[in-house]
Amino acid sequence: MTFLTGWGRTAPTPATLVTPRTSELAALVTGALPRGLIARGLGRAYGDAAQNAGGVVVDVAGMEARWSIDPGTGVVTASAGMSMHDLMTALVPKGWFVPVTPGTRHVTLGGAVAADVHGKNHHVDSSFGAHLRSLTLITADGTSRTLTPEDDLFWATVGGMGLTGLITEASFACVPIETSRMRVDVERTRDLDHTLELMTATDDGYRYTVAWIDLLARGSRMGRSVLTRGDHARRDELPPGADALAFAPASRLAAPPWAPNGLLNRLTVRAFNEAWYAKSRERTIVQDLAPFFHPLDFVDGWNRVYGSRGFVQYQFVVPSGEEATLRRIVSRLSERGVVSFLTVLKRFGAGTPGMLSFPLPGWTLALDIPAGQAGLAGLLREFDEWVAGAGGRIYLAKDARMRAELLPAMYPRLPEWRKIRESVDPEGVFRSDLARRLSL
Amino acid sequence: MKNALGSVDSVLLLGGRSEIGLAIVERLVRDGARRVVLAARGEAEEAAVRLKNLGAEVCLLDFDAARPETHGEVIDSAVEFAGDLDVVVAAFGVLGDQASYEADPVSAARSMAVNLGGHVSAGLFAARRLREQGHGALVVFSSVAGVRVRRANFVYGAAKAGLDGFAQGLGDALHGSGARVMVVRPGFVVGRMTEGMPPAPMATTPGAVADATVRGLRDGSETVWVPGKLRPIFTLMRALPRSVWRRMPR
Repeated sequence: MTFLTGWGRTAPTPATLVTPRTSELAALVTGALPRGLIARGLGRAYGDAAQNAGGVVVDVAGMEARWSIDPGTGVVTASAGMSMHDLMTALVPKGWFVPVTPGTRHVTLGGAVAADVHGKNHHVDSSFGAHLRSLTLITADGTSRTLTPEDDLFWATVGGMGLTGLITEASFACVPIETSRMRVDVERTRDLDHTLELMTATDDGYRYTVAWIDLLARGSRMGRSVLTRGDHARRDELPPGADALAFAPASRLAAPPWAPNGLLNRLTVRAFNEAWYAKSRERTIVQDLAPFFHPLDFVDGWNRVYGSRGFVQYQFVVPSGEEATLRRIVSRLSERGVVSFLTVLKRFGAGTPGMLSFPLPGWTLALDIPAGQAGLAGLLREFDEWVAGAGGRIYLAKDARMRAELLPAMYPRLPEWRKIRESVDPEGVFRSDLARRLSL
Repeated sequence: MKNALGSVDSVLLLGGRSEIGLAIVERLVRDGARRVVLAARGEAEEAAVRLKNLGAEVCLLDFDAARPETHGEVIDSAVEFAGDLDVVVAAFGVLGDQASYEADPVSAARSMAVNLGGHVSAGLFAARRLREQGHGALVVFSSVAGVRVRRANFVYGAAKAGLDGFAQGLGDALHGSGARVMVVRPGFVVGRMTEGMPPAPMATTPGAVADATVRGLRDGSETVWVPGKLRPIFTLMRALPRSVWRRMPR
């Protein structure tokens, strides 16, 4: 038995962790009851999505890696255990970039599909599922099926948190790039309204945008932000002689193996926020892909900085037109002085047909909060209600604490998803702690 | 499942009419627990209604601590209703009166069968399930009466001493399985069980015991003393010479 947690390092449970060969998967799946089985990639879901107490967890990231690209179309077919890092290392020098990358390169392709991940380009390009051409899925009966966007099971699997089967392979369309650099505009906003206004008015001029919010700023400065928005740099924007497609991001720091609880407190986070806001003067820069897309990957194991109690990431979306709910939550967080290191706001575009996919057109806010903060459980439950009431939802790949009751309101297609899951997995072979907790 | 902030979904109360037990369940339900099993000898309807009003689904089961051969079935039925058991609270027991026990040794043995024997079978059956599911906590109510047994209530105290040792051993047996045992050692609890008795020094209440238990579950404590100051006090008490200890009035 191996104790596993998500990236937030809360609520560990033991499971039998196996790294099978592809040929062994069918037998593993059919023999997985009574406690069932779930796939695990690189463990970057924040909560309990890739945990299975007392059952089997398949270490997909440890399985053999295969990939190929059709150089004419840019369609890549790769094994599910390959990470975005692996894929970028292979693809960027050839002039291709993944269609969507989350805030870390250290997620697997299988995980990206199962969570239907989004990135800074959601307002233009939607989420990962929108770029998928096909999937290979091993279902509860042990058979391997190839699915395309015409299949219902395909859209039950995209965003399905690994509960419809084990994803072994996926094909997706990449985007051509001239360089491995980004041309980035940095801007500061005065307050939340200014942030929303600017993003609404001018986001569409950029392929990639995100706002970092200083949650500890109060009063007239509440919601002040640093906006970073960019596009892939063109060849002619690089100095002559530069290796246009070089890609060699290194993590240059490792977080200490242990940090005290409470290291990230109101004082230290406020100091960080002040410094960050102050240094983010308006400017245009050309930077590498990694610091633009994955700034935290610079520090290995940054999740340890939160101490032994860990942290929760709270990420919700509210539809466009429900800005009042967003404002209400931000002002409550600001007035309660909730410590959130790195609070990120993003405007979403159209979603995918994924039945449990998270994104919908509107605003998403993500907070990292130390788990030990007093009164946190009640505060987040209150937010859940507001979010559900506004027609929004909580991101399952981040969740570690929500209650099952609000799920049907947040995910109105849940009954449809359950029906499909019931038909392909009547006994519930594919299970996770998340599925148990939320009665999925 | 216990979530990242320590809330649980399901709870089984063995001794479904226990004042302390119900106070714990009520707190867990207020904190988000939605599936509750009350296993009791006799009526627990009133408590069930109260918990339903707080938003829980409640299942009532017959449970007789003195019939260990039925305990496995009780656990199975609870699982059938609730799925994984996140918390099992073993809160059944009888206090009795030392003088009556001495006058009627058979009744003393019967109280032992409930206060110790019942916990051994129910605890082992519950632990088997928790081990299989790889998570969950069993809460066992010891007492300071068992930390050092007193002449004034040694039948009850001996059962609690045995139970305390059993629970610690069971907790060690579960170590590394994901499941755990939490031993709660309250002092004198002013409540239904002790009605009419003059309270001992540092007496506590069912609500305070429940608060401390819920906090312990959240924090993952192995042992909880209520009130907390009993821990250092009993470290001293244990060192008192027998000649002094046997004169403890109660």
